[in-house]
Amino acid sequence: MAFLKRSPWILHYDASSCNGCDIEVLACLTPLYDVERFGIINTGNPKHADILLITGGINAQNREVVENIYEQIPEPKVVIAVGACAATGGVFRECYNIVGGIDKVIPVDVYVPGCAARPEQIIDGVVTALSILDEKRGKMTGAARTKEEARHAEQAGEST
Amino acid sequence: MPERIIVPFGPQHPVLPEPIHVDLVLEDEKVVEAIPSIGYIHRGLEQLVQKREYTEYVYVAERICGICSFIHALCYSQGVEHIMGIEVPDRARYLRTIWSECSRLHSHLLWLGLFADSMGFENLFMRSWQLRESVLDVLEDTTGGRVIQGTCKVGGVRRDIGQEKLDEMHRELDPFEQKCRDLGDVFLNDETVKYRLQGLGVITKDEAYALGATGPTARGSGVAMDHRETGYAAYGDLGFKPVVETAGDCYARCAVRVKEVYASIDIIRRAIEEMPEGPIDVKVKGTPDGEYFSRAEQPRGEVVHYLRGDGSKHLARARIRTPTLANIPPLVKMLPGAQLADVPVVVLSIDPCISCTER
Repeated sequence: MAFLKRSPWILHYDASSCNGCDIEVLACLTPLYDVERFGIINTGNPKHADILLITGGINAQNREVVENIYEQIPEPKVVIAVGACAATGGVFRECYNIVGGIDKVIPVDVYVPGCAARPEQIIDGVVTALSILDEKRGKMTGAARTKEEARHAEQAGEST
Repeated sequence: MPERIIVPFGPQHPVLPEPIHVDLVLEDEKVVEAIPSIGYIHRGLEQLVQKREYTEYVYVAERICGICSFIHALCYSQGVEHIMGIEVPDRARYLRTIWSECSRLHSHLLWLGLFADSMGFENLFMRSWQLRESVLDVLEDTTGGRVIQGTCKVGGVRRDIGQEKLDEMHRELDPFEQKCRDLGDVFLNDETVKYRLQGLGVITKDEAYALGATGPTARGSGVAMDHRETGYAAYGDLGFKPVVETAGDCYARCAVRVKEVYASIDIIRRAIEEMPEGPIDVKVKGTPDGEYFSRAEQPRGEVVHYLRGDGSKHLARARIRTPTLANIPPLVKMLPGAQLADVPVVVLSIDPCISCTER
């Protein structure tokens, strides 16, 4: 899958944010910023996604949905928490049903600061995520190769 | 009778940036019933008034929704000012009006884009959002924030717009209006758009009124209700007439918003021309004691902030009724009879803002 290296597909989910970061995520896709020219595409299907862009502080009802979406994205995957709420709960951290931070529910790789996060910052987060995605892919193929080699060695051992 | 099946729509769905869940009961391709369930964005902001000082809560009010941010802050501030008997300076009222209308412009252009996306008109989606960026540039230049402005406060506004900037804005309004009219022309006169929208998701005037529809959803059905008519901020001085359509279908609701874009540009132009000189804020002393229903017109309809203070620096209670919540019963009425493929268009025609709805 090396040809996919620079063209990640993104899944965006709003986990109890105020909408501010979400419209900035959408603004990244439109003419002024236009990340699609780099092959970054916003997909609606978790099974097609490489990167999960997630905003907000996650409330009790959303928790299950977030876990579900995360599970459905195939490995390797990178999670980007966009905005102050996604990092810590932000202005809503004292609300009674806010879990507070995406990393309380699923592992997060990149944090994008800001309230609301600016499109430039979000794009920077995605670029950072690319190298992490690459690293994870390297580990996976590395692990697969070792497994394959072990199997070969085992077969070789059996035949002799 | 064909077999009934239930198709879940959302909470994570490509056409919606925000999570809402609707169970659609279908007979073949036709929707016979729609059962919404909400709560994915509920944060419990109303209770937060007891934890933040009344002057600090403006920031929270602004973050009820990232799209109508300024108008939420305005509505909350007006409520507190009324309870405390604070008279806001004229210049602050005019600046608030300009920023409110800028918010409305960017919200409507955003909605027009998403609406075009929902009917599969990608080109129009991109063009609407391109135009929206120039509004965001003005907002960023004058307030420092693109979507969350943080300029409204109890007792006035935090920043002034210099005369040079006002002149520049005034100069840019004409070319901007021309671009908006070119864009609006596609929404109003294009054959494919008309074919997709006319006669879809119809709600009559009586139904809209009885179900408590508000904003463009009500005005698209001929209910001439716009809270700006009551003349809060500077709307009273500037004079204002609501935009009304009578067909009650998705096309009418779209037309209302397109024409409101022109109306907003006109209000901003007159506000800049008539901008009074003077201070932009007054000093706020004391604590709120009393209660008030503060109302303002958001891009999606009327928002109500009920505020009660008990003389301490924290308010005792806030209750916020937002326009999308009021527009969900009309939506449930609109959906039956639509084809499954038209559901995203009908859902978007009320301009759902789930962050507002669930607070």
